[in-house]
Amino acid sequence: MALSRFETTIAWRFLREGRFQSLLIVIGVAAGVAVVAYISALISGLQSNTIRRTLGTQAHLVFKAPDDAVLPVLPRDGAEVVIGDVQPRAQRLRSVDDWGALVAALDRDPRLVAVSPMVSGSGLAVRGEASQAIALFGVDVARYDRIVSLRERLVDGRLEIGPGEAVIGTELATQLGVRIGDRIAVSTAATATGDRRENLRVVGRLDFGVRDLNRRTVLVTLRAAQTLVDLPGGVTQIDATVRDVFAAEAIARDQAAQTGLDVQSWMATNAQLLSALNAQSISTVLIRSVVMVVVLLGIASVLVVAVVQKQREIGILRAMGATRGQILRVFLLQGLIIGMAGSLAGVGLALAMVALFMRFVRGADGAPLFTVAIEPGLFVGVAVVAMLAGVLAAVLPARRAARLDPATAIRS
Amino acid sequence: MNDATPVIALSGIRKSYNQGTDTEIEVLHGIDLEIGAGDFVALIGQSGSGKSTLLNLLGLLERADAGDYRLDGESVIGLSDAALAERRNVRIGFVFQFHHLLPAFDAIENVTLPVLIRDGHVDAAALAEAAALLDAVGLAGAHRRRPRQLSGGMQQRVAVARALAANPAIVLADEPTGNLDSASSDDVFTLMRRFNRERGTAFLIVTHDPRMAERCDRVLEMRDGRLVAGG
Repeated sequence: MALSRFETTIAWRFLREGRFQSLLIVIGVAAGVAVVAYISALISGLQSNTIRRTLGTQAHLVFKAPDDAVLPVLPRDGAEVVIGDVQPRAQRLRSVDDWGALVAALDRDPRLVAVSPMVSGSGLAVRGEASQAIALFGVDVARYDRIVSLRERLVDGRLEIGPGEAVIGTELATQLGVRIGDRIAVSTAATATGDRRENLRVVGRLDFGVRDLNRRTVLVTLRAAQTLVDLPGGVTQIDATVRDVFAAEAIARDQAAQTGLDVQSWMATNAQLLSALNAQSISTVLIRSVVMVVVLLGIASVLVVAVVQKQREIGILRAMGATRGQILRVFLLQGLIIGMAGSLAGVGLALAMVALFMRFVRGADGAPLFTVAIEPGLFVGVAVVAMLAGVLAAVLPARRAARLDPATAIRS
Repeated sequence: MNDATPVIALSGIRKSYNQGTDTEIEVLHGIDLEIGAGDFVALIGQSGSGKSTLLNLLGLLERADAGDYRLDGESVIGLSDAALAERRNVRIGFVFQFHHLLPAFDAIENVTLPVLIRDGHVDAAALAEAAALLDAVGLAGAHRRRPRQLSGGMQQRVAVARALAANPAIVLADEPTGNLDSASSDDVFTLMRRFNRERGTAFLIVTHDPRMAERCDRVLEMRDGRLVAGG
């Protein structure tokens, strides 16, 4: 579109001449842009916060040995085997085969950020007369820290766990009445070689922000856990985090095929959450679309009226030699200017709304509910769409203006 | 173009409205007309005689159904819309009865509009030319006034200056004084006559005022879609 000063001058003057009308529609566009930008920022903030919270306490991928399956009876001499009932097998704790090599291999996978072998089992923590059911995790702290950022969750004590030491959840510490340096007895039941029991010194307390985890978590060294759950030299699972959290399911399938292990992604274990987020995204798209259509119609209707109002002037300009193309561009440009002005004002308004939200909407503890990230890309995107909408909305009025018969227009 | 080439040469021009319908009506029944460079011509006739249609055709605002129209020796019958717009811009100036200035532009901006349309910008030379034209029509102190700040006579003088801004071969004036008091009418008429003599611009003036028609070099009269005198 070849624009000269003619088009810009006329478009600008026409808008300025009907300044009240222009101002109203710019405010309308600004309100629409603000709503779209604000809702988008809010929902994306809410979603990334939800995902962050969900993923903060769990691995993106968990590699486990496949479950023991019931093996089919082989038919003998071609005879048909009829099985009336199949009893599922009890799942014993089993190690991931050759996990050392697997961890080394996963460390080299560029899609993964962190890999951490783990021995997990259940047990009982006892101190004096108090006892609590626990989830026992044997980890390499340096590696596991990169999966669930333990350091951020350490309330007191230290993370470095030596032989005979444990780091436990805050709630568990309260229930058992232990402080840093106190000892607890941890026992696991019914292994093949009988009950195991070990005395551990608590060296740190962790707050995961999730009550259940705080009540049950006991972190020990890999070796201690291997002894407690009777899995010498083995690990029950390998946790991993991935670079692109939404690629987790694809990577899980790929790794399952490669390793023959049972690989579960956070997306599979949180399917409901994902579908809720998805529904939320669809609603946002719907709201945005409806608002943009309203903005489009607003600009179009104002320009349609402007074409009628300016009919005589259009006729004069045509009589003086303005081409249909020039008149068309004058009105398209008006749409663009309205879209631009509205976008700028709207983005400013949205930023103010985000700032107000962050300032005044707070949780019970006085901290912001969640962080609404101001992504320049989102705001620029919304603004660009609004400008394009301005031009698009102007197409019909502009064509109408360009088609006006100059002789008739002048007489109008 | 040589002096012998008329600015306007019409032969057998016909124009109908509502073609192909029951209400089809032919308003121009074969017009032959020549206007030479520097001519100062009045066009008179009763309402409905076809004056406005003829003026619109001459001004390339409407197309004829039949006949030939040569503007500065060039047949404009088959030209595209864009080519007609370009010819209007360069060769024809318009003065309308109700002056029709653009209210959002001041006097000098109104005068430079044809240049802005043609070049996409107004350079210093064009601005100086427009200023000189406004001075020449007696509006030396009103360059930056908006139309609503000017009297009817002043507005029409701006319109005359605008019609001449692109230095056209002919100015088509549709009852240019029809809306003015007699003193202002006289001013505007004198102005057009002066430009006609000084610049050699041809004028075709549609008028109902017999006194004004008398002061023109030639008087064309239209009756029922035909030129009955002066063609």
